Amino acid sequence: MSDHQPNLLLDLKNLVTRFYTDDGVVHAVNGVSYALEEGGTLGVVGESGCGKSVHALSMMRLIPSPPGKIEAGEVWFDGRDLLKVTEADMHHVRGAEIAMVFQDPMTSLNPVYTVGFQIMEALKLHQGMDEAQARERAGELLAMVGIPEAFQRLDDYPHQFSGGMRQRAMIAMALSCNPQLLIADEPTTALDVTIQAQIVELVKRLQEQLGMAVMWITHDLGVVAGLASKVNVMYAGYIVERGDVGDIYGQPRHPYTIGLLGSLPRLDEAPGTKLISIPGLPPDLIDLPPGCPFAARCTYTIDRCLEQMPPLEETDGEDHTVACWRWKHVAGRTS
Amino acid sequence: MSAERAPLVRVRHLKKYFPITRGVIIQRHIGDIKAVDGVSFDIYKGETLGLVGETGSGKTTVGRTMLQLYDPTDGQVIFDNADLVNLGGSDLRHMRRRMQMIFQDPYASLNPRMTVGGIVGEPLEVHGVARGRAKRERVQELLRVVGLNPYFVNRYPHEFSGGQRQRIGIARALALNPDLIICDEPISSLDVSIQAQVVNLLEELQDQLGLTYLFIAHDLSMVRHISDRMAVMYLGKIVELADRDEIYLNPLHPYTQALMSAVPVPDPEVEEKRQRIILEGDLPSPANPPQGCNFNSRCPVAIETCFEVEPEFIEVRPGHFCACHLVQPERQPVD
Repeated sequence: MSDHQPNLLLDLKNLVTRFYTDDGVVHAVNGVSYALEEGGTLGVVGESGCGKSVHALSMMRLIPSPPGKIEAGEVWFDGRDLLKVTEADMHHVRGAEIAMVFQDPMTSLNPVYTVGFQIMEALKLHQGMDEAQARERAGELLAMVGIPEAFQRLDDYPHQFSGGMRQRAMIAMALSCNPQLLIADEPTTALDVTIQAQIVELVKRLQEQLGMAVMWITHDLGVVAGLASKVNVMYAGYIVERGDVGDIYGQPRHPYTIGLLGSLPRLDEAPGTKLISIPGLPPDLIDLPPGCPFAARCTYTIDRCLEQMPPLEETDGEDHTVACWRWKHVAGRTS
Repeated sequence: MSAERAPLVRVRHLKKYFPITRGVIIQRHIGDIKAVDGVSFDIYKGETLGLVGETGSGKTTVGRTMLQLYDPTDGQVIFDNADLVNLGGSDLRHMRRRMQMIFQDPYASLNPRMTVGGIVGEPLEVHGVARGRAKRERVQELLRVVGLNPYFVNRYPHEFSGGQRQRIGIARALALNPDLIICDEPISSLDVSIQAQVVNLLEELQDQLGLTYLFIAHDLSMVRHISDRMAVMYLGKIVELADRDEIYLNPLHPYTQALMSAVPVPDPEVEEKRQRIILEGDLPSPANPPQGCNFNSRCPVAIETCFEVEPEFIEVRPGHFCACHLVQPERQPVD
């Protein structure tokens, strides 16, 4: 029934998530398939509404239902399909095996409980620790993520922490049960660049120490360049390109990826560089056009693009796939 | 850049303190938030001056205080030989025509109950420039200039996307043919592919209309892309100001150096080789800045003097200003 490979940590097959709203059916995730090996680092990039967060929440079965519904797909994690396990098993997976860090550290911490209490909660629940053990471990975790005077700070409330410290506390909480996979959903978007650099370095160091896999969801192509080994580029609920970080940035093959990289100013750019903007807007997910969702904004569009969605196919690069009918033509024009 | 170019705006020792009060009925003044604490710079005609800094560094307050939207605590803003700080009533109102602002949030800065025509036409009416048919024609012309369909005049803001709304905001700013436009984070709430569209539009308009910009943003790569010169702010003060390439290739202030190194570059090869300076800690509170140099609490190279004496903002070499005890002015070679 499935050609799932057991040595992979995470194996997504044709995940489809839709939201049934009053305005119509939102096609948020439209058949996403990829795999992540143990200890690997994956960057998922795309603009708002491309389905990068929804696909991760679907994996964790955290889609509010209704209106959301996971319509199809398999999420193989550590030998079982997460979409088929019981809710009780899922409770164990969330937090203990897959942990998540969200964008806004202020709204994801509960303001009426101390930071220490919130970290200890997971330890007591998932690891069966008693109060004293949990407190000891929570202090160690805060120290591990670089919060000074960690044991004293356990009794602080979230508002007594700065933005960067809150995100560190969230990471401490996420790592409290030694998860095999950490999903970081735009963890640095609300932070300043010097604080972002601190958090990025922290996650890199912790990944080396603890050996977990990390999925880094972001709209910032710069952050991913220095972090990930594999990159998925998403657009309108599809993965449009996937490959090694070097190939995605060095030889992008999808016109959207090329456009996205061209529209980004670089700190080290030469004077007089003009940004290449992508014309138009992303499509309405309620009313997705047939065919390739990028066709309306693409300069290489042919009739076929308007009629048929291209599948992800292998390109010239190793393990580099792209969903474009015309990638060969595009490659000839751009490199 | 020629040195003879005339400054359009000269800002001298500009200060803006927000009082902190305690008590409900009888309010006692117990301190000040020093949002802007003595900044001086010039903006030359036709150039773009970029102002970067982290959250809470005072960059937005500089923009608003320059336009007298906030009453300055101290200092001068000399716009074309008139000191705006001492100007009042109709004189100030008259000057306001020549300086406009584009705001960060295109959702909050457009009145949802007004049509696009009403929004863009309002400045024309307020300043008595045009009414009736002339106003309508001017509004349609402005919409065309910013790349919107002139038939949109009767639509409401909610019918537009973020990028289109920002274009409406730009059309409104252009309505009175200003000399100076203060762009306060005009693109930070937009998606990457839309950001490039808006930035390219701003650049085109500058070429066509000879506009002068003060471009305020936290995105260093974008500021470097659009600016001719850049100023870096930290905790209410400008720590460094220089030509865009000079400041990138040759940053002198330790904060600028750390900021530059923290910005991720969308290129995995570059990222691998880069040395990062990771700053410790967070921005101190502007209500209680450190004694001496206000960067001393995070500075990796601080010496004793830095904790006692505030460094002066000096011209280190022609056109390159810096406020650091460790940076000495270069002697000009005598020939």
